[in-house]
Amino acid sequence: MNGIVWISGAVAVISTLAAVTRRNAVHALLYLIVGMLGVAVVLFAFGAAFAAVLQVVIWAGAIMVLFLFVMMMLSLRTEKRAAVRLRAIIGPALLAVVLAVELMVVMTVAPPQPPAAAAVQPEQVGSSLYGPYAVVVELASVLLLVGVVGAFHLGRGREKDEGR
Amino acid sequence: MTTVLVQYGLLLAAALFLVGLAGVLFRRNLLFTLLSLEIMLNAAGLAFVVAASRWQQPDGQVMFLIILAVSAAEAAVGLALILGIHRESGTLDPDELSRLRG
Repeated sequence: MNGIVWISGAVAVISTLAAVTRRNAVHALLYLIVGMLGVAVVLFAFGAAFAAVLQVVIWAGAIMVLFLFVMMMLSLRTEKRAAVRLRAIIGPALLAVVLAVELMVVMTVAPPQPPAAAAVQPEQVGSSLYGPYAVVVELASVLLLVGVVGAFHLGRGREKDEGR
Repeated sequence: MTTVLVQYGLLLAAALFLVGLAGVLFRRNLLFTLLSLEIMLNAAGLAFVVAASRWQQPDGQVMFLIILAVSAAEAAVGLALILGIHRESGTLDPDELSRLRG
C-alpha cells in the first residue's frame, strides 16, 4: 500500500504540473482531473475514504465539469479541425493508466481492506459535523447559497436591468 | 501510522500548493488563475486530511469538507465573473484589464 501512495502522489504532482503549464485550457483540465484522481488515492491511503469519494465526485467531477462548461461558453477557438486529437489525450491517458494499474493491483494482489495509515471512520466525521461543528455546517450552507445566488446574478448579464 | 508516510503526505501537499501558487503568479489567463486556486485549495485539504490521520481526530476531515464547500462556491462565483469579464471586454488577460487604473 505504501508504494501505491508514493506512485499516485507522483502522478498527482506530475499531472498537476502539466496542467498548470499547458497552453490549451481543455488539455490542462484533462491533466488536472487525473491529478485530482491521484490525490484521491492518497486521501484514501490516509484513511479518509469519505473524503476520497468526495474528491472524485465533487472536485474531479462537478467542479471540473463546471470549468469545462465555462470553457465551452467562452468558445476558445484554438482547435476547430478535429473533435478528438490523439496526441492531446496521450499524456493524461498514460497517467490515468498508471492509476488504473494501481487499482487492479489493489483489487487483486494486495488485500483491499487496510489503508496504509490508520483510518478515521466516517461515523466519527459525521457525528463531529453535527456535534461541535454544527454552526460551521450552517455557515457552509449559507456560503453555498450565496454562491448559487451570486453566480446566477453575475451570470445573467445586464441586458436591460429589468425589474429594478 | 508511520512517520515517513505523514512526512510524504505533507511534502506532497506542499508541492501541490507550490504548483498552484506558481500557476496563480505566472499564468496570464484568468481561467488558469482560477484553476490554480483550485489546486491550492485541494492541497490545503490534503494537508488537513494528513493531519487528521496523524492525530486520529475527525476534525481534519471536517475541515476538508468545509474547504470543499468554499472551493465550490468560489468556483461558481469566479467562473460567473470570468464569463462577465469576457462578455464586457473580450479578453481574459489580467494585464489588459486595466480600466480601473484611471
